[in-house]
Amino acid sequence: MPHASPRIELRTSPHVQSGRTVEQIMRNVVLALLPICAFSVWQFGLSVAALILTVTAACLATERFFNWMSGEPGTLSDWSATITGLLLALTLPPSFPLWMGAVAGFAAIALGKALFGGLGYNVFNPALVGRAFVQAAFPVSISTWVPAYVPGRFSEFIPTSFGVPLMLPPDLGRWVSQHMVDGYTGATPLARWKFENQVAGAEELLAGMATASVGETSALLILACGLYLAVRRFLDWRIPAAVLGSALLLALVFHLVDPGRYPPPYFVLLSGGLVLGAVFMATDTATSPVTPRGVWIYGAVIGTVTVMIRYFGGLTEGVMYAILLGNALTPLIDQYTQPRVFGAPRRKAPEGKA
Amino acid sequence: MNQPAPAITSSTAMIGTLALVATLCGILIVSAYQGTLPAITANKRLALERAVFEVIPGAASVAEYYASAQGIRPVDEGPAPEGAVKFYAAYDAQGAFLGVAAEAAAKGYADVVRILYAYDPVRQAVTGFGVVGMRETPGIGDKIVTDPQFLKNFEALDVRLDAEMKALANAVKVVKHGTKTRAWEIDAISGATVTCKAVGRGINDSAGRLLPMLVPHLDKLNIQS
Amino acid sequence: MALPGKAPPSTLDEFLEGLWRQNPVFVMVLGMCPALAVTVSAVNALAMGLATAFVLVSSALLVSLIRKMVPKEVRIATYIVIIATFVTVVDYLIAAISLELYEALGAFIQLIVVNCLILGRAEAHASKHPPLPAVTNALGMGLGFAIGLFALGSVREIFGAGKLFGVSLFGPDFQPWVVMVLPPGGFFVLGAWLLLFSWWRSRKVTRSPLPVGEG
Repeated sequence: MPHASPRIELRTSPHVQSGRTVEQIMRNVVLALLPICAFSVWQFGLSVAALILTVTAACLATERFFNWMSGEPGTLSDWSATITGLLLALTLPPSFPLWMGAVAGFAAIALGKALFGGLGYNVFNPALVGRAFVQAAFPVSISTWVPAYVPGRFSEFIPTSFGVPLMLPPDLGRWVSQHMVDGYTGATPLARWKFENQVAGAEELLAGMATASVGETSALLILACGLYLAVRRFLDWRIPAAVLGSALLLALVFHLVDPGRYPPPYFVLLSGGLVLGAVFMATDTATSPVTPRGVWIYGAVIGTVTVMIRYFGGLTEGVMYAILLGNALTPLIDQYTQPRVFGAPRRKAPEGKA
Repeated sequence: MNQPAPAITSSTAMIGTLALVATLCGILIVSAYQGTLPAITANKRLALERAVFEVIPGAASVAEYYASAQGIRPVDEGPAPEGAVKFYAAYDAQGAFLGVAAEAAAKGYADVVRILYAYDPVRQAVTGFGVVGMRETPGIGDKIVTDPQFLKNFEALDVRLDAEMKALANAVKVVKHGTKTRAWEIDAISGATVTCKAVGRGINDSAGRLLPMLVPHLDKLNIQS
Repeated sequence: MALPGKAPPSTLDEFLEGLWRQNPVFVMVLGMCPALAVTVSAVNALAMGLATAFVLVSSALLVSLIRKMVPKEVRIATYIVIIATFVTVVDYLIAAISLELYEALGAFIQLIVVNCLILGRAEAHASKHPPLPAVTNALGMGLGFAIGLFALGSVREIFGAGKLFGVSLFGPDFQPWVVMVLPPGGFFVLGAWLLLFSWWRSRKVTRSPLPVGEG
């Protein structure tokens, strides 16, 4: 293609400014995450507060370290590392040893963000990269659960929290039996469904009574915080709508085909980290598509893959891998859903012989 | 640049060179094979003995056998008959017959789990097993070799044959942790169910094939060959 | 076959080229298949590295000895036969030394034959140099490869099992980082080493007044 003579000055998009800065968006997301953090601290006590602080501090320290290594100005003030830290902490189990949380925070920023060149260049959601790393590294600790609302949770830590770095965390069996809460089983609602075919009730899931990761217990609170961001247009409401909608639809179809084997749709929607993932992780602007059609496809892929992993995979929870897969597909989706240029023909003219 | 036209090599020269190099290499390979064969054979023998001694305590020597529909015979008496299953007979230092070990394999969580299990003909039970090869998740699946409760299943796992000696009287079954009630059931480790099931299925399949061919001829093994 | 205007490299230079300046793992990023697959422990990594070095050196010697009589039309075929021969020899040798090691390395011993490093060295260096420089260079490359693999294997063993050469470093209560002995761990550790090396080199470049060439 011959170069056009430079009569017009070309600039890449965006051409229209919304008047919003990255910093402003990020600060609001942090604000929206705080109630969820506070609620989980109320549920699980001191250990969770320590975990959230440790993971976030590890993320910030790693971000600072890579700033120094690459000789770039600090990027801590854009709040993005804080978001990564908070989100990551919300996906970990409450009894997760703090040193492993620090490893997760380091992996999230180092592998998920810094290696790609920092904010905006990352392909995958950094928080989920961190979570995937520790899931692969410490499979036992990340699937050890403790009951919520343990008496004395504000005066003592869960024994595993202060496990010695690099060493096996102490056994939780005795601590759990001492603090036995009625009906506690040590398995998440999803695991209980998968291995014992018990479906937890909606009120249990909605109110955050179930055994789960730090921040996935109350779907209601997450939805409310998401609603705030959506109303203020800090996140694209279509992504959570597509994720939750497609998961709901698929679960409904399965449930109608075989109600004995597949749980009712509300269970799929409210259990595990689907709502948290749909509202706060899938909506990460750097790793989700930008075209309006692409957003729906992206959300539908995540919802579908989540349900497929839960129903037919070896894992009990599939949200994390579904979102990472959606992230990987994002450039492809963007490419195939480019809007038609105004005035251009509906279909591409057949190209000549290459 | 003035480059001289490349001389065309004759086919004879090419074939000759290749033949010469191939001959040289052939000699090298054969001499390496001959030179290392005794050491490799000894290594394999040692590895087998170590594995069998581990599952049959007190064993001091091992003999390899084939079991087939025609009966049983030592491995070194010729190629394996059709449908043969290999097994190992173990003897103590005085030459008394102790038991039989055989390999079993089944799909686990990550890959095939290959084990060697011991069969005690007197108690008609599996009395131990050792892992030959597996790639299960460290810390979860590999508990099958360390979990004392799981290993208790193999003090005497019942694999007696039915009245016609055609199949196992009761299929070996892996059950949920804490629900073992009968001698042919294996109490799984909770959290590592898939790997435990692989062990159970492997033993069930292997014993179901081997024992009907082996048990009628057990007396042949009493004398160390 | 020294380039005009450039003195033929000394024996030490030939040796150091592969060992450090053009390290096959950290600089040329060659032979990644064994580098990622078998480096779950220091012993495996070192054994793989030394086996590769043996094949590299022996094939370099033979290729260099017969370099004048091989017609160039069939040179690649000749090199492949020679390399395959030494791979077979090393295969038998490892099985004779330790069956355990042999099973741990598995198919990757036979796959040394397709390691592009070896054919590359035979074609680019050994076929154009007399035996002494050819062997020196191959030895440097081989040892460089072994060092690279060892660097991967030791880190993965320390994190993945808390041991080095099978000796426990942290006692029985060590929490193994399972990911490190899985394939992704290989990529992570290799990436970390590459990052460290390129960061270190870029610092050297910015500090020295003259840019340091790639050699």
